[in-house]
Amino acid sequence: MTQTITIDPVTRLEGHGKITIQMNDRGEVEDAHFHVTQVRGFEKFTEGRPFYEMPALTARICGICPVSHLLASAKACEAIMSVRIPHTAAQLRRILNLAQMVQSHSLSFFHLSSPDLLLGMESDPAHRHIFGVAAARPELGRAGIALRRFGQHVIELLGTKRIHTGWVIPGGVAEPLSSAKRDEMLAMMPEAYANIGLALAAYKQIADKFRQEIGVFANFPSSYLGLINEDESIEFSDGALRLIDSKGAIIDDGITAQRFTEVIGEAVEPYSYTKFVYYKPLGYPEGSYRVGPLARLNIVKKMGTPKANQELAEFKQIAAGPLESSFFFHHARLVEVMHGIEKIEQILADPLILDKHVRATAGVNRLEGAGQIEAPRGTLNHHYKVDDYGKITWANLVVATGHNNRAMNQGVLQAAKCYVKDGKFTEGALNRVEAVIRCFDPCLSCSTHAFGQMPLHMTLLSADGEIVDRVTR
Amino acid sequence: MTEAPFEVKTLEIDGREVSARRGQTILEVAREHDINIPTLCQMEGLSNVGACRLCLVEIKGSNKLLPACVATVSEGMVVSTNTERLQKHRHNILELLFAERNHVCSVCVSNGHCELQSMAQDQGLTHVRMPYRNPNLPVDASHERFTVDHNRCILCTRCVRVCGEIEGAHVWDIMGRGIDSIVITDLHEDWGESSCTRCGKCVQVCPTGALFDKSKIGSDHPKYPDFLPYLNLMREAR
Repeated sequence: MTQTITIDPVTRLEGHGKITIQMNDRGEVEDAHFHVTQVRGFEKFTEGRPFYEMPALTARICGICPVSHLLASAKACEAIMSVRIPHTAAQLRRILNLAQMVQSHSLSFFHLSSPDLLLGMESDPAHRHIFGVAAARPELGRAGIALRRFGQHVIELLGTKRIHTGWVIPGGVAEPLSSAKRDEMLAMMPEAYANIGLALAAYKQIADKFRQEIGVFANFPSSYLGLINEDESIEFSDGALRLIDSKGAIIDDGITAQRFTEVIGEAVEPYSYTKFVYYKPLGYPEGSYRVGPLARLNIVKKMGTPKANQELAEFKQIAAGPLESSFFFHHARLVEVMHGIEKIEQILADPLILDKHVRATAGVNRLEGAGQIEAPRGTLNHHYKVDDYGKITWANLVVATGHNNRAMNQGVLQAAKCYVKDGKFTEGALNRVEAVIRCFDPCLSCSTHAFGQMPLHMTLLSADGEIVDRVTR
Repeated sequence: MTEAPFEVKTLEIDGREVSARRGQTILEVAREHDINIPTLCQMEGLSNVGACRLCLVEIKGSNKLLPACVATVSEGMVVSTNTERLQKHRHNILELLFAERNHVCSVCVSNGHCELQSMAQDQGLTHVRMPYRNPNLPVDASHERFTVDHNRCILCTRCVRVCGEIEGAHVWDIMGRGIDSIVITDLHEDWGESSCTRCGKCVQVCPTGALFDKSKIGSDHPKYPDFLPYLNLMREAR
């Protein structure tokens, strides 16, 4: 008798998703799928809008990482305008992007995943949330909230709003930085360093307890894609993309936003509204790869800031070559937070950071343009075509979750095979299958921020649709 | 026999005895006495057309509501500007304005500086009961400096009036009837191809984000229509 287990919705995620697990006659897991069940339609309904509205419009895709869309969109617009933005504007945007990296990674690690990591995968689901963490480990609960606040406050100081700032505009930024705001950012640094130090220490303490999870949480060889600088240090805002294989050898390098659209394709599967992104020369699904913190750390040789460099060296010692388990996304995220804080401090020391020239102006000089950046979850590319007056005629957004889509599906199958046995599952098993998805910190629709409040249903169905078993919390 | 030019009329607005000159509108008299009547299409320095109907007032003894911006005072008139009936009508008018086109404040260039938005706040509008029409209206970005987004236009005709009456160019006009009306430049040519003098007065008087300056995207886009009375004054002084 074949059976289907459905986890709907998957909790502690940004957006709405669903997992189904197919069982065969022998009660073994045969296949598993991760479904994204919503369609948003941004690429379609922005048609006809002036291109310079795109940053503000596409930022509304997400309340967690609006900055990513703002930046990728502004860069695509600048390709259409054919302008290079002033140095200070580029540096200020870099701070904005790093601040978002810090706040988003903190949200993912502390609010969404630390309940599993610090309280245990099998712990009481009634307390397995950020408040449970705050009760059990108050210093870590506080550190998580404070780190997120640090990132959000830097964003607010730059763009006057924490969410959906209108400060990033095609050609640069709307307002220069004042010395008072710079000093306020610098004053927050010591606390931020202390908090990320606490988080890294706590993670390293508990990582050993999760050997089994490390073994089956999307743990397989794959290629990795991410931005990198010419000196092989990590990059989030500029640089070009590098694709490496599972052994770390370079498959393709120097992929600019323009060339991205030539070498990257999108496949569609009937069970999900999220596309499956792949490297065209290798085809689908062979050309699938992973993006995000783990991919970036696997690709780069150094972080480019002292403390993060040390952390990266330690990270790279876990195994020879690229790390294959997606469980290490958590560790990579914390290393990137450390880098983000250090890099913001470095950029703020730039003597030109208070310069008033922060915007280049131009009209439509090309009818097509693309922009790419590294979002917290991985590579983000915006690609637009416009008419002679700059109105959008076509738009395509390739988001991080699309790149990771196939890996997430494979990971769910791998974990389900390990934890769902003989057609039976426990609450802890169910939580582990979800936790695989949480490693990737996917942004499914990004329109909701609710976590830990949604009901979770996992249902075991017989071949004729009869409910065999059900777990609800 | 002609009436004296400065004949004084006495009337009552919201229970207050006020005096006015013959030919003055109820709105003018109310403002002189700090009595607030909401308006959207009316603008100091332009002719009055009574298009938006927000300034409707009640006159004792008449079942008909009158637009205060064009209705002139008469002796012994008893005017009410803020009755329950009027508030209901104003809510309806605002809701219809929001439902008619696509007013998405969060991504609008005029967010925070929009007269329609402020009016809705002032009138305590919390939601729109009618279904939105969500029309697919065009955006004309052909002008080198300005853009018109018909989705945000409330057909107040301030642009039409300022262009004809102050600039003297009469580039803007209204095309179509009723709910299908839109503002056009020249004989419905692209704005960038029209006889526009690029003065920008229409952008400054537009109450919403329908007409906006391309260079102001992403930053605050307040408008400065206060120049109108001064322009008129200076011209008369010549």
